[in-house]
Amino acid sequence: MEKTIYGFVFRHSLPQQIFLLALTVASFPVLYVSLELPKQIINDAISGSGFPRSLLGLELGQIEYLMVLSFAFLGLVLLNGAFKFTINSGKGRLGERLLRRLRYDLYSRLLRFPLPVFKRMGQGEIIPMVTQEVEPLGGFMGDALAQPVYQLGILVTIGAFMLIQEPILGLAALALYPFQMYAIPKLQRRVTALAKQRVQHVRRLSDRIGESISTIEAVHADDGSNRLRADIASRLGGIYDIRYEIFRRKFFIKFLNNFLAQLTPFFFYSIGGYLIIEGRLSFGAMVAVLAAYKDMSAPWKELLAYYQQQADARIKYDQVVQQFDPPGMIDEALQVEEAEALPEIGPASRLGFENAAYAEDEISQPVRSATLSLGLDEHVAIVGPSGGGKEELGLLAARLATVTGGRAHLDGTALAELPQAVFGRQAAYVGPHASLFNASVRENLLFGLRHRPLRPADAGPEDAARRAARAAEARRSGNSDADFGADWVDYEAAGAAPGREMARRMVEVLTAVGLDDDLYTLGLRGVLDPDAHAGLAERVLEARAALRSRLDAPGAAAPIEPFDTGAYNVNATLAENLLFGAPIGPAFEVGNLAGHPFVRGVLEEAGLLDRLEGIGLQVAKIMVELFADIDPGHELFQQFSFIDADDLPDFRAIAARADRLGLEGLEAEERERLLGLPFLLIPERHRLGLIDDGIRADLLKARRLFRERLPEADRPSVEFFDADRYAAQASLQDNILFGRIRHGEAHGAARMSALLGEVVDEVGIREAVMEAGLAFEVGIGGSRLTQTQRQKLAFARALLKRPALLVVNMATAGVERVARQMLFLAARTAMEGRGIVWVLESPELAESFSRTVVVEDGRTVEDGTYGELSAAGGSLARLLRQS
Amino acid sequence: MALNEEVEALRAIPLFQRIEASKLRLLAFTSERVRFQPGDLVVREGDIGDAAYIVLEGAAEVLVETPQGPLKVAEVGRNDIVGEIAILIDEPRTATVRTTEAMTALRISKELFFRLVAEFPQMAVEIMRELAQRLDRTTHDLREARAQLAAG
Repeated sequence: MEKTIYGFVFRHSLPQQIFLLALTVASFPVLYVSLELPKQIINDAISGSGFPRSLLGLELGQIEYLMVLSFAFLGLVLLNGAFKFTINSGKGRLGERLLRRLRYDLYSRLLRFPLPVFKRMGQGEIIPMVTQEVEPLGGFMGDALAQPVYQLGILVTIGAFMLIQEPILGLAALALYPFQMYAIPKLQRRVTALAKQRVQHVRRLSDRIGESISTIEAVHADDGSNRLRADIASRLGGIYDIRYEIFRRKFFIKFLNNFLAQLTPFFFYSIGGYLIIEGRLSFGAMVAVLAAYKDMSAPWKELLAYYQQQADARIKYDQVVQQFDPPGMIDEALQVEEAEALPEIGPASRLGFENAAYAEDEISQPVRSATLSLGLDEHVAIVGPSGGGKEELGLLAARLATVTGGRAHLDGTALAELPQAVFGRQAAYVGPHASLFNASVRENLLFGLRHRPLRPADAGPEDAARRAARAAEARRSGNSDADFGADWVDYEAAGAAPGREMARRMVEVLTAVGLDDDLYTLGLRGVLDPDAHAGLAERVLEARAALRSRLDAPGAAAPIEPFDTGAYNVNATLAENLLFGAPIGPAFEVGNLAGHPFVRGVLEEAGLLDRLEGIGLQVAKIMVELFADIDPGHELFQQFSFIDADDLPDFRAIAARADRLGLEGLEAEERERLLGLPFLLIPERHRLGLIDDGIRADLLKARRLFRERLPEADRPSVEFFDADRYAAQASLQDNILFGRIRHGEAHGAARMSALLGEVVDEVGIREAVMEAGLAFEVGIGGSRLTQTQRQKLAFARALLKRPALLVVNMATAGVERVARQMLFLAARTAMEGRGIVWVLESPELAESFSRTVVVEDGRTVEDGTYGELSAAGGSLARLLRQS
Repeated sequence: MALNEEVEALRAIPLFQRIEASKLRLLAFTSERVRFQPGDLVVREGDIGDAAYIVLEGAAEVLVETPQGPLKVAEVGRNDIVGEIAILIDEPRTATVRTTEAMTALRISKELFFRLVAEFPQMAVEIMRELAQRLDRTTHDLREARAQLAAG
């Protein structure tokens, strides 16, 4: 990367900068004439004489002459404006392109950092550099050449004018500029140094804040918050000191500048006045010089501002670029460029290390001397004490680290010289912590297959044109023009055709690593678009029918109470029983029902309104009694109460008033609040005995009325339960169940899952359900999955691309025992006849491998079969004893 | 009203006998009512217990694993409590309880029970009193058993 900001600017925009400069210079004469013309108009056209005059062969009277000059003036103003607009928007565009290029370059370099850099450099330091810190550079880079030349040009012009008008006064006016030019940069330099410190301090501050967030558990667990507060306070103190110092110095510079600017008029008045009194200078000349001097201050200020900006920009650029140039960066050609033909890795390939050493820095050298030759049809276990270099050997084998001594090669070619694509596409790596993206399971799996755009996105001609334009603009800023929206998936590597076949292949791999049950459960909870999955809705309805016939079978203890148009569902809320459907949007949400005029009308007509208000009053009294002594913040409240802790006093008051005045004596608003309570009641769960048979019968009447009378406008706000229709808003599971799980049925949940599984298999949609699970969003870093699930997903990603070499590095350390066995089996079976290098967390796991290598103290000390080595009484035998 | 029925069942149990009615109502309201089919396992010997059950209706048998197979040691019925030790200490279940007919029970989870005890110290005192009485009885029984052995 260019060492200085000017280097960067000129390298990437010299022709454009020169064009802008030329445009600026070209605008000077126009500017000059537009300043000159008013004098002509006043002196010549208005107060002049000798009309008519001939202009370009035309005879013009005074009025016509005035008009011609005036329109010429107007034309010049417009021309001047056009120049300014073109120059400024050109500068803006140039600056933005350079900024885009700079950010892209920085990010692109970030992707080429050697891995150990990330141990030293925090996210909090790096991210602001690419995002905020370079932001002001954009404006400066656009101005880099044109601005100083423009302002200096004005300054020189005015200076020359003054010298010509009156040499002595001109000299006086200019006398202090050399001093300013010397002193101000000197003062400025100190400010710049401080600004540099400030940037570093702020960067460290943001890193500390990031660290506080990532260690927040320990902070709470160890009561460490005040220590962190003290740390941040002292850092903020440091920043305060620097900033205050910068302010003081900046204002001192300003003061000096202003003072010097005022000093010049002092010369004018004293020397100029003396000369006028002496009769050696005309009054008019002094006024002209004074006016000209006033015009000088604007460009001078601009020039100083430019100088300050330039100093700032240089520092920012230096500091950022330094950080983005760590030693050992991956060669751009090996990562970014697409090679014509990549060397093939196959079972016959050999991965070799001879006296390979790897040092992270001067102090730590985890691998001292590893010698090893692996055929990529072998399954090799690497064992050793932790910290003995086995993990780093794993990194070397996956080409994630580069040897710092000795040789590491694939079929004779040094690993460091191979493009990243060779291993990236033909080998796979699973490390101790799965690197998951905040996206769906599907996206996470496919990441291993997306290396370059392979098929253009399906798009109309208009869209294609837009994409082409965007790509062209990207190229102008040196950005990647690869279309992110294209299809990047290398289906061939996965051995599956696009579409359903690929989905099936993903399910297959996930099943192999033991994620099938999880995927099935996630799929059941998922909401599926029935239009996108042809035929699925019908089969879900078949499953629903199959489930229903099982539930209706005599003698069966049904864990589910199905929805039935003619029956009150005692395992559903009263609101659900009334709507007999699910609300879409807020209109019929349970909290809004009591105030909904249509709902009230229906209840009134069914004769329920008063009775439900009465039940509401009873619920309120019970809640007030039960929860009276409980602390409002208590979990019991959140879990069991119908009434928020905050509202409890209100309901206590309402209940008290109702005791005195009766229900009829309450305000309409109070009655409405009471009416809201029974909507939440589930008879089987709450067992308050308030919803008796009479209420149930009348509610069924209200249900019918609700459905018949629902105004057309409110139709989209509710999706009615319909035994013959797929509910697009509901999860797959809810669609199959079409009912509510019975409360208080021992082992009910297990029985329900078993039943669900039976019907899912009966209609053959298990696979479709699992495919729906592929859409599950895993959360930031996979946080919505367990540690074991995350590692399983990482293995699935590795196996999906059918690599020629699989490197596993301590990847099952945090995984449950059963899952670990499953992962071993899955990986070993899938990689039959291809290469595995498996760095193991404990030595006895090596037993099933064809070859075992022991790494100790950075050296490969033993190499052979598990049986031989464990019997030989050497390092492996010792490790086995210790574990 | 169903809740009252449950409160009565709770009151019949010595462990809860002296606890205020309103607290028992809260305990009943926040607990789950569970129905078992005949032959269902309520608790299984060796499992870690997470709840106690108060039988509201129906009956069950208490079985202990022996080398000769399961041995029936007791029967439980209406207003009996099952598995209360497990909600006080982390011990595996000492016996299996299997229903002999359809049974309905109130399930008091360990978590909920502790939350209520933490909220109402009076409950803790009553429970201590009950446990102390049990200990006293056991000690008394032990002394008698020893005396019998010595005499024996």
